[in-house]
Amino acid sequence: MKKLAPVCYALLLVALVAAPFMGAYPVFVMKLMCFALFAAAFNLLLGYTGLLSFGHAAFFGGSAYAAGYLMKALGATPEIGLLAGTAAGALLGLVFGLLAIRRQGIYFAMITLALAQMVFFVALQVPFTGGEDGLQGVPRGKLFGLLDLSDDRTMYYVALVVVVAAFALIVRTVHSPFGQVLKGIKENEARAISLGYDTARFKLLAFVLSAALSGLAGALKTLVLGFATLSDVHWTASGGVILMTLVGGMGTLSGPIVGSAVVVMLENKLGEIGSGIASLTGVQWFGTLGESVTMVTGLIFVVCVLAFRRGVMGEVQAFVVRRRTPAAPAAVAPAHPTAAAATGSR
Amino acid sequence: MRHKNTPCRPLVLALAACGLLAAAGVQAQEKAKIGLITDMSGLYADVEGKNGVIAIQMAIDDFGGKVLGQPVELVSADHQNKADIAASKAREWIDTQGVTMVFGGTNSGTALAAAKVAQEKKRVYFNNGAGTSALTNEQCSPYTVHYAYDTVALAKGTGSAVVQRGGKSWFFLTADYAFGHALEADTTAVVKAKGGTVVGSVRHPLSASDFSSFLLQAQNSKAQILGLANAGGDTINSIKAAREFGINKTMKTAGLLVFLSDIHSLGLKNTEGLLHTTSWYWDRNDASRQFAQRFFAKTKRMPTDVQAADYSATTTYLKAVQAAKTTDADKVMGQLKSMKIDDFFGKGYIRQDGSFIHDMYLVEAKSPAESQKPWDYLKVIATLPGEEIFTTKAETKCATWK
Amino acid sequence: MTLSLPALLSQLLLGLVNGSFYAMLSLGLAVIFGLLGVINFAHGALFMMGALFAWMGATYWNIEYWVMLIVAPLLVGAFGILIERLLLRRIYRLDPLYGLLLTLGLTLLIEGAFRSVYGVSGLGYDPPELLDGATSVGFMMLPNYRAWVVVVSLAVCLGTWFLIEKTRLGATLRAGTENPRLVEAFGINVPLMVMLTYGFGVALAAFAGVLAAPVIQVTPLMGQNLIIVVFAVVVIGGMGSILGSVLTGLGLGVIEGLTKVFYPEASSTVVFLIMVVVLLVRPAGLFGKEA
Repeated sequence: MKKLAPVCYALLLVALVAAPFMGAYPVFVMKLMCFALFAAAFNLLLGYTGLLSFGHAAFFGGSAYAAGYLMKALGATPEIGLLAGTAAGALLGLVFGLLAIRRQGIYFAMITLALAQMVFFVALQVPFTGGEDGLQGVPRGKLFGLLDLSDDRTMYYVALVVVVAAFALIVRTVHSPFGQVLKGIKENEARAISLGYDTARFKLLAFVLSAALSGLAGALKTLVLGFATLSDVHWTASGGVILMTLVGGMGTLSGPIVGSAVVVMLENKLGEIGSGIASLTGVQWFGTLGESVTMVTGLIFVVCVLAFRRGVMGEVQAFVVRRRTPAAPAAVAPAHPTAAAATGSR
Repeated sequence: MRHKNTPCRPLVLALAACGLLAAAGVQAQEKAKIGLITDMSGLYADVEGKNGVIAIQMAIDDFGGKVLGQPVELVSADHQNKADIAASKAREWIDTQGVTMVFGGTNSGTALAAAKVAQEKKRVYFNNGAGTSALTNEQCSPYTVHYAYDTVALAKGTGSAVVQRGGKSWFFLTADYAFGHALEADTTAVVKAKGGTVVGSVRHPLSASDFSSFLLQAQNSKAQILGLANAGGDTINSIKAAREFGINKTMKTAGLLVFLSDIHSLGLKNTEGLLHTTSWYWDRNDASRQFAQRFFAKTKRMPTDVQAADYSATTTYLKAVQAAKTTDADKVMGQLKSMKIDDFFGKGYIRQDGSFIHDMYLVEAKSPAESQKPWDYLKVIATLPGEEIFTTKAETKCATWK
Repeated sequence: MTLSLPALLSQLLLGLVNGSFYAMLSLGLAVIFGLLGVINFAHGALFMMGALFAWMGATYWNIEYWVMLIVAPLLVGAFGILIERLLLRRIYRLDPLYGLLLTLGLTLLIEGAFRSVYGVSGLGYDPPELLDGATSVGFMMLPNYRAWVVVVSLAVCLGTWFLIEKTRLGATLRAGTENPRLVEAFGINVPLMVMLTYGFGVALAAFAGVLAAPVIQVTPLMGQNLIIVVFAVVVIGGMGSILGSVLTGLGLGVIEGLTKVFYPEASSTVVFLIMVVVLLVRPAGLFGKEA
């Protein structure tokens, strides 16, 4: 298992580097990468610290607007925009965290939802966001004032570097002593407190880190696509990232990548998949699948919660573990969403 | 027998392949592909929606289905009234599907977003259905053609007519996005210029579910006229709610943007006497009736002015491509701005700022007794000349047309 | 924005009408959470189903409002029982957050299904002729239908509260969730009770939906914005408290109406502000019992 993961990551990296030359649409792959980062940042909080936030759209969208405004109205260069987005996310995360950390479980989730709704309200009212019309026409600009990013390929490789670096940071955090404490808090907070850890501080730090990286994802998305809209701060975006993490596998490092890929592909390519199935099976109804993205998303959600709680990567890991130790009893699906994968953290 | 020319064969094949690709590339560039992005499932779905696709296809078929020796292709998408979906779709179509003309539909926010993408990527952008005058003013672009109507024309048409008939004090109920803001601003300017006053305004979210609290505010303002700076489903619901709360007894309703589909949905008993401005009406003359009957045969509904404009705009674009002998956006735009347009929809020309200068019509909804046949809803009160009704050179905020 | 008494009173009255919807919806949610421990995110979608069934009944089969007022909740209630039996039952032993996620998925499924058939634009539904028209209450013309909504909602809410808190059936229900084994030992079929309770809670949502059809735009997404507000109401009122949700729902409607007079744009956000404050000061909610 220890050898398999790095190999898989290396293969993924090679595929991503080669993708534009293989005919992939760079803008679409960049969108995938942004959401993969968003889901990975969210998973840091859910899968590794055990906190279910229902308001992460505030960080993603809030930073999207902040970065967009800086780059469009104030002419900031891309790297300033990205840094500002990360900072905005961290700041919002600090405010949210200070208020929400005091509560547990459903109440924690509800506070984050309420705070996110207030961010939505601000986004709707403040003139610079453009309200319903959104913040459009954000320029790509020149990275460090030198590298022109308006070419999709150049932008792609810059985005790849940013996302890989951020992901590496997450991996590093998870494997660090700090990450171990977080896992300990998730498993049994009382025990962690009795061991002398100031769990509130650790949870807050994890929250801020998760929010900051979500902000980076939002800022990057704005840079790539050129706009920030209310969809980015709407509560359905918070629901979306929960789905990505659930489907991919909470508490696994690769889970969010898989989950976000599934969900984004679903939203964008369902129409084509439907037509494909329609021509394959001859059943015309599949052709209308493109209009039923919400329905299919809901179905996946339901199936995952009922039968598939470990998510794709969680099941893969469990499968690998089962194969290696045939005498061990089959792993029981977790009773607590935040105790999803007690083993391994790939 | 083994041939020793194997090293040469791949080279020859490669060269042949390159040649074919090059030829295909050149040909692909000259293939006209139209991409319609509009609201197909939301509050504007009846204004243009899926039947807009049918109208465009009719135009393509009537043109012969081909231009420059290549079949004309049509793709369409639903932007769900979200600017990000519209912008993404436009970008994706241009980058990966070879779309040569982006056709924007209803919803001004999406129109502005898609127009920006088209400008960045140098593709022709037509819009029917989105009202915002910003498309040809503050955000004008050398690639935008705003074909059917805009908020300036609506304001000048309906606004002046209502003020002239005695409606001096106004209260606006405005859809809170680009279109509503533009319509309120343009109408306010006209009302004030004609000596009227604006007592107040309230903004409602797009596709609001309940207008009661907004209408109560309007009623409490004691204004004479309730100006509806919204469209489609929002207009329909505002009018319904106004009746429900008895507001139509103390205030007169001015629909600043009303479509045939709205009248059909509300019925004449709810809209009798409603004065508004439109770019086309199906029963105005024989040519219009002819198109309308053909459209009705396909869709079981009479076309709105936007759907008629879709047909006309498509024909105009294809004619321009044919005359310019290329789909290259700069050359086609040059052709579009120098040709004369004269069909059942309108007669006129496309101006430097992108507006299609043609006559608009002031219409009034008939009473149920006056209506003789199905869809016989409107009577034409006045013709508003194109040169006067759209933004004039003195008023324009378009940087490239001064 | 001139602040006149008529303006204030009319917005408050409208707020009371909205509050009645909040009260009925949060009542169903509170019943389900209080007695089942399930956070029923699907409540908004089931509310929508009630309204949509009323519309379908009128449009396809000419069934009038008064009939649908009974039939729609029964149909949706039956659907709810199906959900409970097939899906919810499997996740009771898990953390309540899974219940939230499952019902969130159900919401997307139901809304998506109706949306693909009916789009998102409003389907018109007229109030029944008996309640058509408006009566003058001095400062405004109050549509008769809206007055009816307030009266019926209050009646249903009070009736349900009475049923659950004051009758033997209610006592059995409450006991059944606190200690199912013991209650089963008395020979009472607890799973059946739970199933029927969910069905009842869901039927309440559908009833609110039929009531709402002539007032709010009937669209497949009509439950979406309502559900998070109703959640907030339940949390503020206290998650297991039925009286709490009803009173909070009504109160919140009135507060929203008040906000509309002074700062209309904030009216949809004021509930969340209150929720944060309550959660920080009194985490169990205004009327809730500490867990």
